[in-house]
Amino acid sequence: MAEVALHQVVKKFGEVEAVRAIDLDIPDNEFVVLVGPSGCGKSTTLRMIAGLEEVTSGNISIGGEVVNDLPPKDRDIAMVFQNYALYPHMTAYENMSFGLKLRKFSKAEIRQRVEHAARILDITELLDRRPKALSGGQRQRVAMGRAIVRNPKVFLFDEPLSNLDAKLRVQMRTEIKRVHQKVKTTTVYVTHDQVEAMTLADRVVVMNNGRIEQIGTPHELYHNPHTRFVAGFIGSPAMNFIPGRLEQNGSGMLVRISDAIAFPVPSANEGRYRSAVGKEMILGLRPEHITEPRHNGQDDGRDFTATLDVVEPMGMETMVYFKVNGAEVCGRVEPKSAGEAGAAMRLRANIDHMHLIDPASGAVI
Amino acid sequence: MTATTMDIPASRAARKGASLKRDRRWALITSYVFLVLFAIFFLVPPYYMVVTALKSDAEVAHMATNPWIIANGVTLDQFKILFTQTDFLIFFKNTAIVTTCVVVITMVVSVLAAFSLGRMRFWGSSILATGIFLTYLVPDTLLFIPLFQIVKAVGLLNSYWGMVLVYPTLTVPFCTWIMIGYFQSIPKELDEAALIDGAGHMQMLLKIFIPVALPGIIAATIFAFTVSWAAFVYPMAFLYSADQQVLTVGTVTSLIRADVYKWGMLMAGALVAAAPPLVIYAFLMDYYIAGLTAGATKG
Repeated sequence: MAEVALHQVVKKFGEVEAVRAIDLDIPDNEFVVLVGPSGCGKSTTLRMIAGLEEVTSGNISIGGEVVNDLPPKDRDIAMVFQNYALYPHMTAYENMSFGLKLRKFSKAEIRQRVEHAARILDITELLDRRPKALSGGQRQRVAMGRAIVRNPKVFLFDEPLSNLDAKLRVQMRTEIKRVHQKVKTTTVYVTHDQVEAMTLADRVVVMNNGRIEQIGTPHELYHNPHTRFVAGFIGSPAMNFIPGRLEQNGSGMLVRISDAIAFPVPSANEGRYRSAVGKEMILGLRPEHITEPRHNGQDDGRDFTATLDVVEPMGMETMVYFKVNGAEVCGRVEPKSAGEAGAAMRLRANIDHMHLIDPASGAVI
Repeated sequence: MTATTMDIPASRAARKGASLKRDRRWALITSYVFLVLFAIFFLVPPYYMVVTALKSDAEVAHMATNPWIIANGVTLDQFKILFTQTDFLIFFKNTAIVTTCVVVITMVVSVLAAFSLGRMRFWGSSILATGIFLTYLVPDTLLFIPLFQIVKAVGLLNSYWGMVLVYPTLTVPFCTWIMIGYFQSIPKELDEAALIDGAGHMQMLLKIFIPVALPGIIAATIFAFTVSWAAFVYPMAFLYSADQQVLTVGTVTSLIRADVYKWGMLMAGALVAAAPPLVIYAFLMDYYIAGLTAGATKG
């Protein structure tokens, strides 16, 4: 029983409101990732759960108990920091056993727990080394080991992979996922990297400006973003946002993004869009939904021609960039069919995957 | 033609390499010259002390001999007389007691003060920290008059325990200042990790901060040791009987009688008195320089 619940939690630093009345329920054993840009309040939220920051108002409960006034040590949580925060004068073993020693565990119990955690993390040979004799990835493993040995109710990770190089980051990401599958414990993980969020999380909490923008599974966030912010934040390269106008076209609808280009709205979406007809809207379309024409020549109004500004070959695919209605648009095409920069290319918008965004509210309709 | 054009950059590069080498050689030569000059400059006084301490009184007094060499044979008489016929050993013992007590008091007070001022952010902590440093800027030549009243009031005038009371006014502010800097340089995640691990403030200080800040603690210890070992004004003002006197003042007052300078013994005394700080420096220097914080966080 270690669900974490935040109810109307507010954090103010002086006049600045870093976290604005957020509600979040994390069931037992779930892996939740808080993601958002710098300064969105995700780390502050994590630190409030840890007890390193006081809550200005609202309640945080762990395992059903309100912990607002409990010091960190009494919350039964363990935290892994971005810069590891290992004690430099202690060996890996001493680092991992420090918390247990303070909690007066027996020597045998400590040894058994540390060795168990070391086996999970594959650091048994490193236990008698000091942090300075360890590489970045090894230090991060020891830091995770220090959390695991405590067998806490909740694991908290504060951007644990940000200091690692790209390759190691991918390895450690897999490692964290593997550890979570073995040591089933409620986990709150903070990152600004949406790829980490998508790959690790059972559920992702997208935060912006101290508020929760959307909570959902990685799949939900990717395919059904509720706001323009979430749509733009999740996915790499980011979703294209093209200003356009929703028009009635006989019995159907069109999104007109330039004098020459207008796409028919899928009939399934028409009901939702009816109130927006005649208004200036933003068309959201992911790069993978702008491709070379993949059909046998019959144009159903979704093909268009664009003059490419930049062409980026990535190997298995090629990114093409062009401008429509003043907006920079990215498409992902087959390497063979990609045109040259400066040349015109025939492209196809897979409009079934379109999102229509109200520019005033930023909400996805 | 091609060969000629190829040759020019190659020879240029070679010339450039040669000039770099020459520059480096000159830099080395210059630095060695100055290092040797400095070494001579700083080693002449100790050499003079050693030479004089190993001469007999007769040779020291004999104006015709070269003062830089020992002409009439090495003798340890000066040390023998110093240890057996003067109060030098009492001075030494008193100084050792005073210095040990002062170093202990200073380190306990300044480590605790620095930990609270540097790590436990509270209202007014930074003003307090600056205030503590400012007290260090008041010289002892100004303080000894009011301190005389205080030492007298607590009944410690003419007692070396009075020195244990007053030396910390010189050592605590500066050591606290050094330690604040050290404690502040320790990443804050370290105490957060300790907090989550279940450490209280005292455990955090003893088990994390003191070991991690050891180079700073050693720097502060060296400072406190040096100040109290070499203090002159306070013992000069507050101590007047030989059994309470410390090395600095005791050596001078007992070995200089009016215009009679016992140079041989003065130098012998100065040598023996300078030995403990030298030993301490030699032992602690390695720790002092070692950066123990490496590996705590990324870096």
